[in-house]
Amino acid sequence: MEKKESAFGKHSSVTKPGMAKMGIKAPAEVGDGSGNIFSRRTTGDIVFDTINTIVLILFTLVVVYPLINTVAMSFNDGIDALRGGITFFPRAFTWKNYETVLAKQGMKTGAVISVLRTVIGTLTSTLCTALLAYVLSRKNFIFKKPLSMLYVITMYVNGGLIPVFLVYKALGLTNSFWVYILPGMVSAWNMLVLRTYMNGIPESLSESAELDGAGHFTIFFRIILPLSMPVIACVSLFSAVGQWNSWFDAMLYNRMSDNLTTLQYELMKLLSSVTNNNANVETMKNSDNMVTPRTMRAAATVVTALPIVCLYPFLQRYFVAGMTIGGVKE
Amino acid sequence: MAKLAINKKTLKNQKTLILMGIPFAIYAIIFCYVPLFGWIMAFQNYKPKDGMWHSKFVGLGKFERLFSDDTFLKTIRNTFCMGAMNLVFSTIFAILFAILLNEFWTLKGKKIIQTVSYLPHFLSWIIVTGICFDVLSMENGVLNQVLVALHVIPEPINWLAYPKYFWWIVTFAHLWKETGWNSIIYLAAITSINPDLYEAASIDGAGRLSKIWHITLPGLKPTIMILLIMNIGNVLNAGFEVQYLLGNGLVQSVAQTIDIYVLKFGISNGDYSLGTAAGIFKSVVSIALIAIANAGAKAMGEESLF
Repeated sequence: MEKKESAFGKHSSVTKPGMAKMGIKAPAEVGDGSGNIFSRRTTGDIVFDTINTIVLILFTLVVVYPLINTVAMSFNDGIDALRGGITFFPRAFTWKNYETVLAKQGMKTGAVISVLRTVIGTLTSTLCTALLAYVLSRKNFIFKKPLSMLYVITMYVNGGLIPVFLVYKALGLTNSFWVYILPGMVSAWNMLVLRTYMNGIPESLSESAELDGAGHFTIFFRIILPLSMPVIACVSLFSAVGQWNSWFDAMLYNRMSDNLTTLQYELMKLLSSVTNNNANVETMKNSDNMVTPRTMRAAATVVTALPIVCLYPFLQRYFVAGMTIGGVKE
Repeated sequence: MAKLAINKKTLKNQKTLILMGIPFAIYAIIFCYVPLFGWIMAFQNYKPKDGMWHSKFVGLGKFERLFSDDTFLKTIRNTFCMGAMNLVFSTIFAILFAILLNEFWTLKGKKIIQTVSYLPHFLSWIIVTGICFDVLSMENGVLNQVLVALHVIPEPINWLAYPKYFWWIVTFAHLWKETGWNSIIYLAAITSINPDLYEAASIDGAGRLSKIWHITLPGLKPTIMILLIMNIGNVLNAGFEVQYLLGNGLVQSVAQTIDIYVLKFGISNGDYSLGTAAGIFKSVVSIALIAIANAGAKAMGEESLF
């Protein structure tokens, strides 16, 4: 099998304890298995391949159809959509749904805040987590044990919703943009992943830099950080997706501040307006502009999912690589 | 490397490292450990105006109230059952999907199916529940249309209105979102099975199915065990977003999970003590589950986590 270069470049051979246990050698592409059509095929093989293909195509269809249907809905006239029968393509094409959705103040603010929290949140979280990982990867740091214990414990025990809510409230994080950023600034899990990787970087590199008079910040920014880029990419991508997709913090802490709403939270409000009949009637009243809650929500869904769906094919291999190093354990 | 003692000289040498570490220690204490002190509230009759220092202690009173509350007992059942169904079915489906994909006959097609199947993992639960509403809808929902066309049901069903369907809907929502993604690790594990084994089996005249049964599945066993152990501790954590977003008054008795209970009684009704007690219960059970799963795996001579 042709071995593709993994997203981890040349350091990917670092074995991680958890992975070794699972019998996984390195983030690898899928093997070509035994289903080669050029090998001798028996009747059994043909039957197997046929059934297998049908099952997998059905599965793919089940995954893809609702997504395509949502896109079709979002471009379809609202009143026309009530007749049903829209499957893969819009029947009465219109931009009205998008115009209505994008004209909503909440969606505009939500888009700005969502982008801001994703960018700032990802940058700070990645940088802080990497810095902590660096500190904890220094072999003879005297407080290495207690400091890493402090973080590992948080992976298993946490205060729970209400104590956390009260602490954030006391810290002034309610009705504040910083509630999107501060709580996720250091992730214990990502720290472990990064530290394992940094431990695999030859010590001689930082030692020689130290002899040349470089301080820890120089070593971190000039040597360790650039060398850890493949893992940094993974970690930051996951944190970006998490930031973009989260809605609960907006609902719990910033419900009262309309100027701090996020796209996901706006979408959630649309969702509950569909299940809630009163709001439904409310929106239907101005249905002279041919927009119904269903088609409007479809448009909002597409707007919210678009950044991820567009970037995802290009970043897929980083995500997959990140998943396979997930087997790291302390 | 000699172990360094904590003395003046090392402290001085590592001044920068220590200064770098201090903010992180403070951060962990404020954001993770200070909330733990909030657990005291569970043993008090906490009133926001009195604060934690002046609220009256009631011992285990709040826990007694929790466990005599029928709603809460149902909540435990719901959380546990949905978590367990989700764990079992998502493991089975992910393994099945990984095996079928591994046996797929073109590499190109395999890549496309993989790309498509991972996508839902990156969509938020808000989007996924929206899709659920559309698919299950009485008017023009694709599920009703297909089932009516196939004469499985005589007329469209309002799926979300019946408690008997709710757990299955939640399970299927998880399967739709995560099957592809969960299969990644199994696919990687299948790749690392020694190809000689398959070749030897072929020479012995084994068919595809018997190769899957006798080589692939046993080869996956360690991975399956490790992932099961890791996920058992999360069984109770899996019960919030979907249930909160999909649930409605009609199915409340089966949809309410511990986290939703905490949110409802703790935040909305302002009974912080009761909510904290419920949260503590969940944490303790989760940790116990991890410990039990780990001990069980060790006893059976399987891979274990610690």
